[in-house]
Amino acid sequence: MKILIKNGRLIDPSQGIDGIGEILIEKGKIREIKLEQKSKRAEVQKGKTSELQSFRTIDASGCIVIPGLVDMHAHLREPGFEYKETIATGTKAAARGGFTTVCCMPNTNPVNDNIAVTEFIIEKAIKEGSCTVYPIGAITKSQKNEELAELEALKRTGCVAFSDDGRPVTNSLIMRRALEYSKIFDVPIISHCEDLYLSEGGVMNEGFVSTILGLRGIPKAAEEIMAARDIALCALTGGRLHIAHVSSEGSVKLIRDAKSRGINVTAETCPHYFSLTDEALISYDTNLKVNPPVRTKQDVEAVKEGLKDGAIDVIATDHAPHHIDDKVREFDSAAFGISGLETAFALGLQLVAQGAIDLKQLIMTMTITPSRIMGIPKGTLAEDADADVAIINLENSFVVDPSRFLSKGKNSPFNGWTLKGTIEKTIAMGKVYDWT
Amino acid sequence: MFKSKDLLGIKELTPEEIYHILDSASGFKDVLKRDIKKVPPLRGKTVVNLFFEPSTRTRISFELAAKRLSADVINFSITTSSVVKGETLKDTALTIKALGADFVVIRHSSAGVPHFLSRLLDISVINAGDGSNEHPTQALLDLFTILSYKKKIKGLVIAIIGDITHSRVARSDIYAFTKLGARVRLICPPTLLPAEVDQLGIEVFDNIEEGLKKADVVMTLRLQLERQSKGFFPSLEEYFYLYGLTAGRLRLAKDDAIVMHPGPMNRGVEIESEIADGPQSVILEQVTNGLAVRMAVLYLLAGVKK
Ligand SMILES: [Zn+2]
Repeated sequence: MKILIKNGRLIDPSQGIDGIGEILIEKGKIREIKLEQKSKRAEVQKGKTSELQSFRTIDASGCIVIPGLVDMHAHLREPGFEYKETIATGTKAAARGGFTTVCCMPNTNPVNDNIAVTEFIIEKAIKEGSCTVYPIGAITKSQKNEELAELEALKRTGCVAFSDDGRPVTNSLIMRRALEYSKIFDVPIISHCEDLYLSEGGVMNEGFVSTILGLRGIPKAAEEIMAARDIALCALTGGRLHIAHVSSEGSVKLIRDAKSRGINVTAETCPHYFSLTDEALISYDTNLKVNPPVRTKQDVEAVKEGLKDGAIDVIATDHAPHHIDDKVREFDSAAFGISGLETAFALGLQLVAQGAIDLKQLIMTMTITPSRIMGIPKGTLAEDADADVAIINLENSFVVDPSRFLSKGKNSPFNGWTLKGTIEKTIAMGKVYDWT
Repeated sequence: MFKSKDLLGIKELTPEEIYHILDSASGFKDVLKRDIKKVPPLRGKTVVNLFFEPSTRTRISFELAAKRLSADVINFSITTSSVVKGETLKDTALTIKALGADFVVIRHSSAGVPHFLSRLLDISVINAGDGSNEHPTQALLDLFTILSYKKKIKGLVIAIIGDITHSRVARSDIYAFTKLGARVRLICPPTLLPAEVDQLGIEVFDNIEEGLKKADVVMTLRLQLERQSKGFFPSLEEYFYLYGLTAGRLRLAKDDAIVMHPGPMNRGVEIESEIADGPQSVILEQVTNGLAVRMAVLYLLAGVKK
């Protein structure tokens, strides 16, 4: 079946497109993309009349039509933690949030450090997934910081990057080797920056708010020390470093400086790091417990500045769904993480509304830029690309209601927030999900 | 008078509310001097003492306070092992609800647990110490004790010595003393000073002699001995050498300065025995006042419309 999306505002930064136009989808691929020009439009309609029966026409009036969003950092929890999330529910949540591509972190059980797990994830995603899934392999076997996983085998089987996310690679020598060895495949090493000695026992940002809440703090230095170390190792090795979930002003500055020195580093942040400060924790709401922790107003401003000037390349979700029993408990023992797929784009739009970045930048950070970093053929509406499209109404508002999330993880600190920007339809490999 | 059904911390109280509790406590202190110490206001009410951390002193004080007010008392001491068995805090809260209790007095090693219970339960929640957050009745009894000797709080110089970072008593005291206009000095090694604490309008000293000068009230905190192994200071001997309250150091404070300690004491670690038992010590008085203050809190919360 063919799908014609018409009357929408097409925005595709990968091709420099922004204008009213049409997209024709056929066999799961973008067949044609056309910006409106009166004569041509008439031609399209005339030419296609005979086939109109086999067309599904989607009227995207009043909406933007953009490449399906790409999340380069999510936890789908399968295998091993299916009570928190599965590939089926996680990808459905992704689609609900406008995502058509998800890269999933290897901290499952067993860890994705071997081809059997990689194959399992890929096959499961093809069978049960609602969007494309690319696994990220572990850097070290069992994420134990002792020896490198078989990176070539993982890459050959379908892993698009390597990370021990959830934990840092504490051993600097192993991190050096990973950055060196991965140069063979030209894939990024994604670093979860955390000095475990400094963060030990910490549950929130260290600062005035942790002091008055009596909660153990995680200093920004715990993140910045590791960011600095990995940048130094990246410079030493010439490998490709990607810094995950940047939360602090100091990290933004380190990355900006590294880029200005020509070091091959990229970075991501997440919606909670530009939407929340630690003051929100006053209620001891465990849905705000996340690692790295949400920081101060100054850090939020620095993260926005980093997105604006390109120090930070990507907005990823770090989608970390949890079971209610892991969250409805003592703050100290509650799990870290936010279920983020279904609110990410609308939170990003707040940056546009605030004038921190423009709409095109927002779309880039969530489509073509993460695709380029991961080396995957996604995040574009180019002809012959996979038919991955999100149709979004920028003016409609909605109230965040985690109980209605399609993710199993209802752990959202944005419960009750009114946000603008509803995902009307998601098209993943030509399959249409209608959310209206 | 009381806005909240709960006493979660001093942070949440206005100076008026604090004085209201203290006034009421002095009424109960008179009751405690009588031959018959039992009064009827909480007859038919049930107080649940829910202690996830062992603390005989605080539990007994709450228990006696409740009994003096004619309430029934149920003691739940929950050891770590029964938590491991899988019962969650939420299960415990629902159990208390099912028991039909009117008050729950909660002590827990994790900050914010009283707030968690307060959201789940419509009965009164009284914080008897949560992690490093607050221990409000301790601060109230400290205020009560200071008032009984100094007749006012405003303008007093109150020095608090010890592990501020991990101390809920220190936090509640800082809020209580500053709200009522005292000048609070914190004396501790920089390793035991919480982040950005200066924003609370206090002064910080890492030199005990400097900090004690002309103080009206000197309070030492209990030092958890395991802090040494965590690297906050190299040895107990060195801690005592730098921060132990000795007779020589106490002389730097005002002549009529009183010495306080929330107990239980580590004699020879944070305080010399001769001071703990000396004429300036009001440590046992604190214990007696704790009873009156806890009676006042129970009594006043009973009057709040739920
Ligand atoms: Zn991480």
